[in-house]
Amino acid sequence: MANVPGIPVYKEIGATPAPGSARDSARVVIVGAGPVGLAMALDLGRRGHEVVVLTRLDFIAHASKAICFSKRSLDILDRLGVGDPPVAKGVTWNVGKVFWGAGDEPVYQFDMLPVKNQKRPGFINIQQYYVEEYLLDGVEKLPNVEIRWGHHVDGVTPMNDGVELAVTADVGGAYTLQAEWLLACDGSRSTVREKLGLDFEGRVFEDNFLIADIRMKHEMPSERWFWFDPPFNPGRSALMHKQPDDVWRLDFQLGWDVDRHAAIRPENVEPFVKAMLGEDIAFEREWYSVYTFQCRRMARFVHGRTIFAGDSAHLVSPFGARGCNGGFADVDNLGWKLDLVLRGEAGEDLIETYNEEAIVTADENILNSTRSTDFLTPKSTASQALRDAVLELASHHAFARPFVNSGRLSTPVSYPASRLSTSDVDDWANGVAPGSPVLDAPHGQGWLLDAIGDDFVLLARGWRGEMPAGVRLVQVEGLAADRLGLGEGAAALVRPDQYVAARWKAPDPAAIEAALMRAKGGKPWPN
Amino acid sequence: MAELIVTPNLAGADDVYERLVAMHEGLSEAESLKVWAKLALTLANHIGDRAVIEQAIEIARPTDAAA
Repeated sequence: MANVPGIPVYKEIGATPAPGSARDSARVVIVGAGPVGLAMALDLGRRGHEVVVLTRLDFIAHASKAICFSKRSLDILDRLGVGDPPVAKGVTWNVGKVFWGAGDEPVYQFDMLPVKNQKRPGFINIQQYYVEEYLLDGVEKLPNVEIRWGHHVDGVTPMNDGVELAVTADVGGAYTLQAEWLLACDGSRSTVREKLGLDFEGRVFEDNFLIADIRMKHEMPSERWFWFDPPFNPGRSALMHKQPDDVWRLDFQLGWDVDRHAAIRPENVEPFVKAMLGEDIAFEREWYSVYTFQCRRMARFVHGRTIFAGDSAHLVSPFGARGCNGGFADVDNLGWKLDLVLRGEAGEDLIETYNEEAIVTADENILNSTRSTDFLTPKSTASQALRDAVLELASHHAFARPFVNSGRLSTPVSYPASRLSTSDVDDWANGVAPGSPVLDAPHGQGWLLDAIGDDFVLLARGWRGEMPAGVRLVQVEGLAADRLGLGEGAAALVRPDQYVAARWKAPDPAAIEAALMRAKGGKPWPN
Repeated sequence: MAELIVTPNLAGADDVYERLVAMHEGLSEAESLKVWAKLALTLANHIGDRAVIEQAIEIARPTDAAA
């Protein structure tokens, strides 16, 4: 039996007994075994580190959480060796359509993969528990990663060179766990955050949304369909999105003054579904819930040797799929940095650049999700009029369509001001600037991002020369080189998270060496 | 950076003023607000320059509350 009543179970795991000794230690402790905690464990585990994951649950929850996984998240899962199963299982989509009122024609539509010829699609939809299971499969292959199910964090004490945790195991009782680094991936109601007395700053939105995940046979393109003011939810919004296993995500805006407990009773949900899909539609309930949301983050994500990632650090509205995808971006940014610090190849100051860059990402996600929310739920008569003006104009006039905002969906965030980047010394008309992720392209028999992997690499078009230790040379040509803007003899230094750190039209070994030092948090010479 | 034109630049000011008033004939306040919004969005797109639009917004509602 699952150890927390009231949460539906996807997969029983069972409690892990407490360690034999009352005092235990690990170099890295991760709290939370959701997608962010598991991806973090997989990233550090694949790099050879000893990791202990604590989770209060002893099962994978069958709950309706994240469903939209972005191309960048799929690239990250590829880097972690688990990219294929979710893409095989998931529903691939690139196009979103926005409808208004009773109209059959979209007033706006977008393509999440405007640049074609990349390995992964713009998005897949897949239930979060599948992604957790694939990550878990990856983690379980690593002898150096231990997941402790049914272990609760009761206390967090920062130390000079680590963190001491008071833990209680469902089986075996209390023990002390010392960590050099504590990674809090324990979600929006983070225990670690609460124990350290830290909080969020930002906005809470007064609106309720009903999720109805239903099972039915239904023909519709694999697209994201969004309605403003449809006849089946007048004056409010609705969303319809396909998931695997004939499961459909329906989402209805409810307004603020609702009885949230009553709203999820079948007799109150089913009229919404029938109004949307027709009186005679046959469907089964998968999951009904009501959510409200916040667009907020912690002031800092790094507190001494405790690092926050994912929902424990930042929260967004779901309109933009920026929650779980934002959490994976944190993992991507932190993994290689903590790896270098644990190996003694970089100073602890490198972790501060996680704080800086992850905050850039969080702020962009919060900004976009706040703007979408303001468009969806106008807060004044003037903003209501403006929103309605956009929708009315958009039906007839192309110029108004870019204003339509049903969610700006997650794309990778750039760090134009990152202190890990080396500023361009050449003039570049195109390509990928330092602080932005490499654009995927066909490469040899495969794909460029797969060839980059998770090392420092120098992507070079024909350039050969002395390479600094720890950097792999990858020759690129054709579309891959063109997308990077690399002409003959040019090269780009790429970080282990596949972000460009520096680029040169005619690199020399000393400049590459200096850029590498800078990308590892060193300060070789003035930039 | 493009500069917002702040000197008289429109022939037939009275005609335009009259059209702006007439645009609202028979509308409720809520409908009028929406028509103003449509006009602003249409002109903003025509201007096509965020900096100019920012300067116009600053004239419409100065950040200095005393104005």
